[in-house]
Amino acid sequence: MYTQGLDQKESAGKRPVDAVEAAEQLQAFQARIDAEEKIEAKDWMPEAYRRTLIRQISQHAHSEIIGMQPEGNWLTRAPSLKRKAILLAKVQDEAGHGLYLYSAAETLGVSRDQMVADLLSGKAKYSSIFNYPTVSWADIGAIGWLVDGAAIMNQIPLCRCSYGPYARAMVRVCKEESFHQRQGFDIMLELSRGSPRQKAMAQDALNRWWWPSLMMFGPNDSESKHSAQSMAWKIKRFSNDELRQKFVDVTVPQADFLGLRMPDEALRFDADAGHYRFGEIDWQELFDVIAGNGPCNKQRLEKRQQAHDDGAWVREAAQAYANKAAAAAA
Amino acid sequence: MNAEQTLIDYTLRLADNALILGQRMVENVAAWPELEEELANANFALDFLGQARMLYSYAGELEGKGRSEDDFAYLRDEHEFRNVLLLEQPNGHFGDALVRQYLFEAAYVHILGALVECRDEQLSAIAARAIKEVQYHVRHTSKWLIRLGDGTELSQTRVQQSLHDVWRFTGELFAADDIDIAFQETFGGPDLSAVAALWRTDVAAVVSEATLVLPDDEWMATGGKQGRHSEHLGYLLAEMQYLPRSHAGATW
Repeated sequence: MYTQGLDQKESAGKRPVDAVEAAEQLQAFQARIDAEEKIEAKDWMPEAYRRTLIRQISQHAHSEIIGMQPEGNWLTRAPSLKRKAILLAKVQDEAGHGLYLYSAAETLGVSRDQMVADLLSGKAKYSSIFNYPTVSWADIGAIGWLVDGAAIMNQIPLCRCSYGPYARAMVRVCKEESFHQRQGFDIMLELSRGSPRQKAMAQDALNRWWWPSLMMFGPNDSESKHSAQSMAWKIKRFSNDELRQKFVDVTVPQADFLGLRMPDEALRFDADAGHYRFGEIDWQELFDVIAGNGPCNKQRLEKRQQAHDDGAWVREAAQAYANKAAAAAA
Repeated sequence: MNAEQTLIDYTLRLADNALILGQRMVENVAAWPELEEELANANFALDFLGQARMLYSYAGELEGKGRSEDDFAYLRDEHEFRNVLLLEQPNGHFGDALVRQYLFEAAYVHILGALVECRDEQLSAIAARAIKEVQYHVRHTSKWLIRLGDGTELSQTRVQQSLHDVWRFTGELFAADDIDIAFQETFGGPDLSAVAALWRTDVAAVVSEATLVLPDDEWMATGGKQGRHSEHLGYLLAEMQYLPRSHAGATW
């Protein structure tokens, strides 16, 4: 309701008048990218660059908002007041990240209302990982450790993304994500050093979250349809497979430290390459979850829709009050 | 009642109020009408959790039996909780939750104002910190009450009903019992009749600006401060306490 005016059908800036001018404009744009200049909201940009960013930033924002649900699921049951407060601060950060990211996307000429409508209609996607259930307290640890750990791998390079408003939003997001990752690891550490039941809870969570975390990096490079252009535009800096490998290399020793076992029989250290080699990812599972057939897709969207519908009368009242106040002031 | 016990009992009441309201607010995470309100709700709930933790820790210190903040929150039964009934009432819709919070905090802010001046140094310090948070909450919730009251016909009807529904729990906020009186006499704690007068003036002004009607004072429910609760508290505690209780002695 606050941002309708932002919806634009046409891109901002001057439109090229002929093919030669268009080619020159495109070349000048790429030269700026190659020189590591930041592109700002009012600068000319190719329509495809704008669309790619809107898709990526809004998906990221939606993931933050939907991600509040699996973690919020344990807020009322967090096992100590300290853990409850930390988890609540984390969930609040996620709402905050959603807010900066929607704002960053709005600079590209799309309103938050439109983005939310696209989320609710199923047109826009969010990270597949949030379609898995949090069935035990250890899942909160696993999400922080693995999911936020994977997110950081993806997001740190985004702090250098060519689009200025996104890059700046990501600097703040990444600082907070790093705290989230540590709190997740800390939960896992406490559980893995706790009673046999607590340790079993931690192992069970790792078993369920490990593979979906690897899927968070997206399809293999050979299958990734947006990668090459995003790399050329410096929206993306590393390939899916590079980031996934980096995540595995960092995370396996952490599991060893926790005394937990990765649920992958094929996992081994390749001393020559200096990397952990891991088993085949079940891509069908990822495609199923993306297509809407994960364990919680329906539940997550229904809850978001419910909150949106339940809040309609409140938003309408706020708008009506603001209109009255504006009329009185005029 | 000795002074030490009065201080412990009084501190636990404050702590229980903060925890139970915080827990109710946490139930609303990811369900609020607008992202900005999600942030506000989580932020305010965090303030209450923070207050509860400081107060429980202090009560544990005073008691000297080695009870931690978590022992108070997770290992006590319904009848040992001393929160007012208003705060354990189920959330309802946005307007219900808002009215519950506003009516409580409109009193709490004056209670904290008196506590800042009380003769117990630690409680005064906790109150000095909490009052800044609560003043901000009251600004926020009173503005929302005005928006909903003076918004649409539907919002006015709904929030007026919210006021009616919880009004009967407001009397307990000011019903002074032996602990309140002893705390006032021994430690210079709040005079609840003075708080009631301030509360009524503030609430009447906001309700009037919201174009709403102040409900009549009829029968008032009491008992929470003495550990006699509504059925709702048991479910809240069952959910909140289940993990530490099913893993006795575990650390988290």
